[in-house]
Order: sequence, then C-alpha cells, then structure tokens
Amino acid sequence: MKYIDAAQVQKKMGSRLFANNLAKTLFFLATLFGLLVLAVLIYRVLADGLGSLNMGFLTNRLSTDPERAGIMGAILGTLWLMLVVAPVTMILGVGTAIYLEEYAKKGRLQSFIQTNISNLAGVPSVVFGILGLTIFARALDLGSIVLAGGLTMALLVLPVVVVASQEAIRSVPQFLREASYGMGATKWQTVKNVVLPASIPGILTGVILALSRAIGETAPLVVLGIPALLIPLPEGIFDRFTILPVQIYYWTLDSALVAEYANLAAATIVILLIVLFAMNSIAIIIRNKFQKRF
Amino acid sequence: MAVLTDREKTMMKQETQNAEETPKRVVYNTKDLNLWYGEGHALKNINLAINENEVTAIIGPSGCGKSTYIKTLNRMVELVPTVRISGEILYRERNILDKNFKVEDLRTRVGMVFQKPNPFPKSIYENIAYGPKIHGIRSKKILDEIVEKSLRGAAIWDEVKDRLNQNAYGLSGGQQQRLCIARCLAIEPDVILMDEPTSALDPISTLKVEELVQEMKKDYSIIIVTHNMQQAARISDKTAFFLNGEVIEFANTDKIFSNPSDKRTEDYITGRFG
Amino acid sequence: MDHKSGKPIKVSELIQEKKKSKNFNQTFEKLIPGILLGIAAISILTTIGILLTLLTETINFFREVPFLDFFTGTQLKPLGENAVFGVLPLLTGTLISTAIAMVVAIPIGLMTAVFLSEYASEKLRRTLKPMLEVLAGIPTIVYGFFAFTFVTPLLRSFIPGLEPTNILSPGLVMGIMIIPMVASLSEDAMSAVPNTMREGALALGATKLEVTWKVVVPAAISGIIASFVLGISRAIGETMIVAIASGSSKNFTFDVTQSMQTMTAYIVEVTGGEAAAGTTLYYSLYAVAMTLFVFTLVMNLLAQYISRKFREEY
Repeated sequence: MKYIDAAQVQKKMGSRLFANNLAKTLFFLATLFGLLVLAVLIYRVLADGLGSLNMGFLTNRLSTDPERAGIMGAILGTLWLMLVVAPVTMILGVGTAIYLEEYAKKGRLQSFIQTNISNLAGVPSVVFGILGLTIFARALDLGSIVLAGGLTMALLVLPVVVVASQEAIRSVPQFLREASYGMGATKWQTVKNVVLPASIPGILTGVILALSRAIGETAPLVVLGIPALLIPLPEGIFDRFTILPVQIYYWTLDSALVAEYANLAAATIVILLIVLFAMNSIAIIIRNKFQKRF
Repeated sequence: MAVLTDREKTMMKQETQNAEETPKRVVYNTKDLNLWYGEGHALKNINLAINENEVTAIIGPSGCGKSTYIKTLNRMVELVPTVRISGEILYRERNILDKNFKVEDLRTRVGMVFQKPNPFPKSIYENIAYGPKIHGIRSKKILDEIVEKSLRGAAIWDEVKDRLNQNAYGLSGGQQQRLCIARCLAIEPDVILMDEPTSALDPISTLKVEELVQEMKKDYSIIIVTHNMQQAARISDKTAFFLNGEVIEFANTDKIFSNPSDKRTEDYITGRFG
Repeated sequence: MDHKSGKPIKVSELIQEKKKSKNFNQTFEKLIPGILLGIAAISILTTIGILLTLLTETINFFREVPFLDFFTGTQLKPLGENAVFGVLPLLTGTLISTAIAMVVAIPIGLMTAVFLSEYASEKLRRTLKPMLEVLAGIPTIVYGFFAFTFVTPLLRSFIPGLEPTNILSPGLVMGIMIIPMVASLSEDAMSAVPNTMREGALALGATKLEVTWKVVVPAAISGIIASFVLGISRAIGETMIVAIASGSSKNFTFDVTQSMQTMTAYIVEVTGGEAAAGTTLYYSLYAVAMTLFVFTLVMNLLAQYISRKFREEY
C-alpha cells in the first residue's frame, strides 16, 4: 500500500497554493500599510503647514499672535543645542568605543560596560529628562539652559554613537593594525593613525544618526523645564532656549484653544522633517560611499 | 657581554662586510623557546641561531609553527590574547621576551612583511612616511628623501614616482607587497621578517620580490617563512625545517636540499607529505 | 644612488635620537588607557545617576505616602489640600495604551517582516526597507501631532462616544510608530535562518507560506519574540504621543474612548508645571519615574534574556 495518495496531494495543492497567494497579498498590504500612513502623515503636515510657511515664519520670534509668530528662537536653540550635543557625545561615544574595542581586556568589566550601554539605550527618554532636571538643572544649578539640555541629550544618544563606533572600529581589518604594530607603533599611535581614520565614515554616520535623534527628541527637554513662550533669542550655551520639537508640542496642545496654532505646529514639523531628511541623506551618502573598502 | 651601542653595531656591520672571511655574527639567538595558544603547545623547545646579513628560510607544512615562530621574533604573536611563552630570544644579545623590553623599540629595529599585502588606505607617500612619522621625524625634506630611498630600495620607485599621492589600494598585488617592503625599509630596520610574502602573488611578482630579497641581504638580515620549497632553495643561505612545533633540522640551504640528515626533512622536501 | 642632498641620511640614527626626547609621549601613552576607561565609565555613571536620583526622591516620597496606598490606590489627585497618590490610574493608562499599540504593531510588523524576508524580491526589499526606516525616523512629537489633529477627528467620525482626548487614538498611532521596529528586528532574525533549511522544505513540495510558518518562523522565534518585548518596552516609555493626544484626566477606567494619563505623560505634566522641590507632588514625579524605569528595564532584560537563551545555533 502507498502512504501518499498522489490524487489527494493533487487535490489539496490547489487550496495550498491559493492560501500562499492570499498570504502573500496580505503580507504585502501589511507592508504597504505603514507606508500608507507615512504618506497620509506627510500629506497632512504639508496641507496644514505650507500655508503658514514663509520667510517671516522662519525669521520672526515667538508670539502669541499666530500671524506674527516665528520660529527663529527655536531654530537658534536647536543649533546651540547641537553645538553642545555633537562634541560631547562624539568624545564620550568614540572614547568608550575605543576603550571597549581596543583597550579593554575581554572580561567582566568590559561586558559590564557593554551590557550597561545596551540597557541605557532602552531607558525611556523622559527618564533622562528627570536625570537632567535633577543633576544638571538643579544640583549643578544650571537651570534650563542650552548646556543642561545639551548634556542631557548627549547622554541620551550616547549608546547610538557607542554602538555605531564599535561596529566601525571592529570592521577595520586586523592586518592594518598588524602593519602598524610591525613598524614599532604604539597602541595609541595605531589607534590614532590607522584605526580611527579607517573607521571615521562609520563613526560619522553614527554621530549624524544620533544628532538626528536628538533633534527630534521632545520629552527630556520638556521635563527639563523649557518654557512655553520665550521672547529673547539664545545667544550662547548659557542662555535659556527652546527647540523645534518643544515648540511643536506647545502649539499642538494650544491648538485646542487657537486653531491657527495647529498650522504653526505643522509648519514647524515641515522644517524639522526637512532638517532630519537632510541629515539622514548625508548619513546614507557617507555610508554608501565608504562601504566595503577593504 | 655588554650591550653594544648602535654606533658600535654599525661599525661591526661594516667590518663584517669588508672582511668576508670573518664568521658572521648572530642576530637572533633563540634558546629553549616554548609557546602555547591556550592549551595547544605550538612551539616546542626551539633553539636557533640566526646570522646577520643572511637570508634564513623557515619551511614546513601548514600548522608546523613557522608563522608563529616568526611572529614571536617581533612579539606580534602577543596580539593573540591566550598566548603563553617561555624561554629566551636574544636579539643582539638582549632577551626580547624580558618584561622590561619595549616591543616598540624591538619592532622599530625589526621590520615585518606580511602574508597578504597590507598597505594602509592612504597615499603611497603616506604609507612610506608612516614609520618615520610615528617615530618623530616631521621634516618634509627628510621624509621626501626617505620615501624615495625606500621606494628605490624596494625596486618600485620607477613604477610609482609619478603617483605618490594616489591611494596605495590602486596598486597591483605585487606592487602593494613591494610597497609594504619599502614601508618596512623606511625606518632602516636591522632585521626584516617575512611571513610568506609571496603566497598571495602571481609568479612574475613573486620573482620580483625574490630578486629584491637577494638584493637586500647586503644591508639587512632577512628571515623568511615560506611554504614554497623552491623559493627557499633559490633565495636562502640557511634553512630551518619545522614540524609539529619543533625544529627538525637547521643547516645550510644547500645541505638541507641536497643531503638532509633527518629522514623527515627528506620526506618533506621530496613531497612525500605536507 | 642619486640623493638630492649631499650625504645620505641615516634614518635609524635619527629615530634613536628622537626616541630619547620622547618622554612626554611615553607618559601620554601610559595615561591613555586610564583616560579612555574614565570616558567609558561615564556611561556607568549615567546609570548610577539615574538610579540614585530616582531612588533618593522615591524614598522621600514613600515617607509621605504609604507604599501600599501608592500601588493599590485607584485615585490620583496630586493637587489641592487632600492630595491622593494612587498610581493605578497611570498604570492602567500605560498598559492599555501599550496593549492597543501592540495589537497594531505585532501583526502588521510581523507580516511586514515576513514579506520583506520571504516574499519580496531583492529589488523591492531595497526600496521598501529605507521607506520603513523613514517611518522609524519620524520624531514622536510628529506622531503626537498626527494623532491629535488627524487620527482622533477621523475616529470620532465613526465612534460617536470618543472624547477629544482619549487613549485609543494615541495607542493606535504608537502602534504604527513601533511597526518598523518590530518589522526590522523580526526580519533580522528571519534573514539569519540559513537558506538550506528553507530549501529542504521547498524541495519536499511545501509552499512558501508553509515554509514560513513551519520552518522560518519557528527557527527565528526567539528573535521575533524579543522584537515584541522591545516593542512593548518602547510603548511603555513613549511620552509625547500620549502627552498630547490622551489628555490629562487621571481616570481609573478600562474604557478606551476615555481620556487617560500614562506614567510618562504624568511626568511631563508635573514637570511642565514646575513643581516646587520638596513637595509631595515633586516627589511623586520620581516615584512614577522609578516605576516606569523598572517596567522598561524588566522588559529590556527580558528581551536580552530571550534572545541570548534561545539563540539558535545554525
């Protein structure tokens, strides 16, 4: 007797193939769903925001009057904030990565730092806000100035830079290090002259992605106590400030009271998304240009 | 015996060159060297005395420890974290395995050429200038001179002199390997270690490197690991045969290849195993 | 040899000279590992800083509000003379919004992952993946705006009882935000399944769907579940979407059409109001943050445990 009845298999094959095709369509639609939402979101933001987007909006200061309100202060605040976040997170992130990849002996300390970094990456950003509020704004008595916000953000995005830099450093082939050591170079000379130059594209990509994360973060700075309305423009890292996402937050909240605020929020989102898009494009260009060189 | 100053060494060297009949001086003396990777005993009781201004070839089947040995001579083997070493390696009468011996000093005097050409992803000029620069030479004029001299020394100057500022990765594999030799020459080493330098090269490039090695032995002591017995026979003065981490035989190359005293050496060079 | 200068230079001698004058560099070289360790230790200091600030003020909080009252209290009235601090309204708010988000993110994220990993051509995959990355890169404040000004009004047009601020809309939008995360991590897990396993099943006449459900998904299950857990952790910690779109009523309810507050939104509301240091209200901020921190930490550790413990060896 035969265990497999060819006729039965044949009969069932039709429905099996149908199920397969149905599933394929369903999975494809599921993939499209996310993209569809993305399209609607961008359309809505443009529809709401483009009307308010003009030179005056970019160059004016904040105002309660929707007609005269502008985001100059938030743009400057964002720039000043990045001026703190970029160097701090780069020095801390790259230094940590060099330590973990080149100097630390494989062991408890190294895996402890590593685990700690991946756990930090999972801490909600609002908790970093509380850290910043307690340590930088209150204990160090900085208040809600650019420096306090920048340090908070730098710690928040630190894991992104560390992990990206570690990957970049790890991808530098061992034979380049050997060549350098073989010339009598010390460890630091090898790191500085061979490993870092070879891994700089990967590190830069990581830093840019970290900065684009920081530019879009809102919660930590709201917790830090950035005010809803601020008239003077920030002129340095010791000034009080606001940034684009925080401005979006307050305008969105207040749109229940003044409908035009929703348009201002949308216009600010357009600016924010343009900045993010530009940063990510740069990161992708760097990544593609320097991919697989060895 | 007291440690020689560099000047004395240079004088000695010149004397040796002038008087052919005087016996050659020992540059590397290995005594009872044992090496383990974790639990694996990779080198067993190695005793070898290597002369200066000679080409010493190290041959043997894969896994016999020949690469490990040559990497121990400039302590590159220590890049493997689990490695343990006992015994002595005297380089110019000083034990390089001593804790107080600075590996950077050793590697400044002992250059290395690797299995695969490994230029830095920098310009040809920067590749050569790398060594002098890390050792503190900054003058552009001196660097220019060193670059030219080293590239000439590695017989590649004419091929690259018009594109010194181009990336070294644009060179062919054979050119890259000669560039690596030139990079090595730039810090005027005393000894050059070569770890299967032609295994990744085509026959013509191999020939060029071999000619270069012959040329260089006037000025340098060369220790070369090779899996190619014809190559060892062609270019070396002495040959050491390694098997399972031991030195089976060490003698003049002529003797090893015409009249080996150990049966295992004979089996290997006649291709009966390995 | 034709040297440009008269006498040939002796590089080895030059190097020896330089060596003698390089004491400064040698000291620096010795300091480097210590400096780098110091930098690496800042990440640990950050964790310690978070733990210490949360712990000290949380302890202060429990001096004034009994531990049990906090965790079993269904009423949260932080302002006024008869302030009551029960965290349950915030916990339900957080858990309900997370549940709604995962109802969206898990199926759609997983189906997206299956499509990208198993069905899509290489070309299509390379077009779709960056687009999903864009979705993942949109700041949460933008999603908050979207939930508040578009999704809520849309939902209200066919759910009559839906309040202007409610937990349903931000929950759904949070789910959409998490889709790329679930999709990308699950896809990584599925792509790591070796092709030989697929080919084995395909050669027996299995359809792609059967291979996916009976071979690929079971083989990649630990990575897939880890992606769900990380998604949950992300939803619990998400702040701006709920802070904007779910209002600030501290209702203890399970009705998703109502306004509710999550732990994260409470933190934003209280700090936004600049609570004076030393008040119970101020301390409550830390107690809630601590609860939030513990929740997400447990989720992250769980995800790490799952992917480590059940890591497939192919």
